[in-house]
Amino acid sequence: MTTTLQPRQVLEATTPAPATRRTRKRKKDKGRGYETRSLVSPLALQSWHGKLTYWTVLVVVVTGFTLAFVFPLYWMVTGALKSPEEIAQIPPSFFPKTFDFGVYADAWNQLQLGVFLKNTIVYAGGAWLLTLAVDVTAAYALSKLRPYFGKVILALMLATLMIPPMVLLLPTYLVAKDVPLFGFNLLNTPWAIWLPAAANGFFIFLLKRFFDSIPRELLEAAEIDGASPMRILWSIVLPVSRPILGVVSILSVVTVWKDFVWPLLVLPETDKMSISVGIASLSAQMPQNVLIASLVIASLPTILVFFVFQRSIMAGLTAGSLKG
Amino acid sequence: MAVLTAKPPVRRSLPQGAARRAVGRNLTAYGFLCGALICFAFFSWYPMVREVFLSFQENNFVDPAKWVGFDNFRTVIEDPAFRSAWLNTAAFTGLSLVIGYAVPFVLAVVLNELRHARGYLRFVVYLPVMLPPAVGVLLFKWFYDPGAGLFNQVLAVFGLPPLAWLDSSSTALVSLVLVSTWMNLGTGTLIYLAALQSIPGELYESAELDGAGLFKRVWHVTIPQTKLILLVMLLLQVVATMQVFIEPYLLTGGGPENATVTVAYLMYQYAFNFGDFGGGGALGLMLMVVLMVFSAIYLRVSRDNEGGR
Repeated sequence: MTTTLQPRQVLEATTPAPATRRTRKRKKDKGRGYETRSLVSPLALQSWHGKLTYWTVLVVVVTGFTLAFVFPLYWMVTGALKSPEEIAQIPPSFFPKTFDFGVYADAWNQLQLGVFLKNTIVYAGGAWLLTLAVDVTAAYALSKLRPYFGKVILALMLATLMIPPMVLLLPTYLVAKDVPLFGFNLLNTPWAIWLPAAANGFFIFLLKRFFDSIPRELLEAAEIDGASPMRILWSIVLPVSRPILGVVSILSVVTVWKDFVWPLLVLPETDKMSISVGIASLSAQMPQNVLIASLVIASLPTILVFFVFQRSIMAGLTAGSLKG
Repeated sequence: MAVLTAKPPVRRSLPQGAARRAVGRNLTAYGFLCGALICFAFFSWYPMVREVFLSFQENNFVDPAKWVGFDNFRTVIEDPAFRSAWLNTAAFTGLSLVIGYAVPFVLAVVLNELRHARGYLRFVVYLPVMLPPAVGVLLFKWFYDPGAGLFNQVLAVFGLPPLAWLDSSSTALVSLVLVSTWMNLGTGTLIYLAALQSIPGELYESAELDGAGLFKRVWHVTIPQTKLILLVMLLLQVVATMQVFIEPYLLTGGGPENATVTVAYLMYQYAFNFGDFGGGGALGLMLMVVLMVFSAIYLRVSRDNEGGR
């Protein structure tokens, strides 16, 4: 397809895609001159009094944030290195006396973290693929093919966002236990995670809004050239939708990874548990330092994802709330 | 949400022969939609209906379900834990609002003024949000430990007496609020920060020229300009915190003396500990009705907003 290059340029110039909007704003922040002022005028910051106040506030905020949000994590990582005696000692030691990474190995073996991690990867990965397959096609149909009753369907999908998931916990569990019409029992199978994850009105809303901004002429031109709807979706819509696909991908993986209540209910077998549920259910029998080591291991993947995809994650966050 | 924002499709009147094409297009579209329709039907739409049935039926999932009217509701309401559950949920929500709603706004206002370490601060404040909630909760369980727990050690450094945290009915609920706030603070802060950045600087400038001091500028410019997002976040947070489950489940098991039983937790207990899905369903339906009120207001607010743009 020769047209794939052109639409991306068009889009970058015209689409108010959340991801790109965010990056633009950031770049402005990082520039030298602050042409836009905020609460405190730049002039006030010029005086020695202003400078003193500014630096005091900065130091207080940076220290405060570090203590409140980084220190607990430091305590967790080093706590796992301490021996059981050291961990129970009063007053606690700031630096662990020993750097015994064997505790991490113990956690890995005793808690069968390998199995839990593998399960969680399967659940999150499968949910990601299914979510993309289901939600992208649905959003494409609603945005570009516009079937009869399309608006009603979209309204019904968005209406599900108004019902908090917790209140539907029991009936949804009963569905997973005994799927109506089919009579499947999805408990202890990955499908119990994958299928509900795909029914995500928010993702469909995000994707549809992005697809709506793709110029119609582009698709019509392809249609005249004889491209099938599937081909149009695959060769035109998907390539230009990379930013939003990235946001949806990350959000869907992280959501499944972090979920607790639903996997707790539908995956009761120890061998099938996700890592959060597995650690929580075995936490009582484990020595303190082994448990903490397993907490570190369980949180590493999401923290790493955050390190790498910071920007997309925050873009998804503001996309979701500012224009809900 | 933005149900009404999509522009109505331009309905070109179809020429005679094009009717078949329209049918074909619809068939294709529904082909694309079928996956989503199945997922939504089974895991969103049907459970909503089932929830209502569940709460009015007695059901052992072997014999046919029996309609029992309001019996399930009566059972649940007569439970001594019922009152505590609602009071605790309300208290949890209220406390979360006091800490978790005001603090992020103040943080965002301060962060917005800082010219250094912005990336770091933004990253750090969102870090706990990325932790799996089970990890965050279990981590705090260790901090709350009345013996060698970190919090009591910190109190000791300042010469303060140790607290019982989760073990005393007077502090248990507050302890739960602390964990939940720590884990969720970042979301609100970053959303407010984004909203603050869209305030035109001229407003502050002219306010300053009119002699408005720092706090007057916050009161008369910042807050009115972010009023809408503040309202939206308030409603979202009420809905989110009223569903609290994982904190009581992992930290206290509802104790001590029902001090931390929440509605969602009681619902879980009814279904999975007492085997009474009817009672659980009744609780779920009550919670749903309450939350729907807030959701409806939220819908109204965000729709009004979009009309105004």
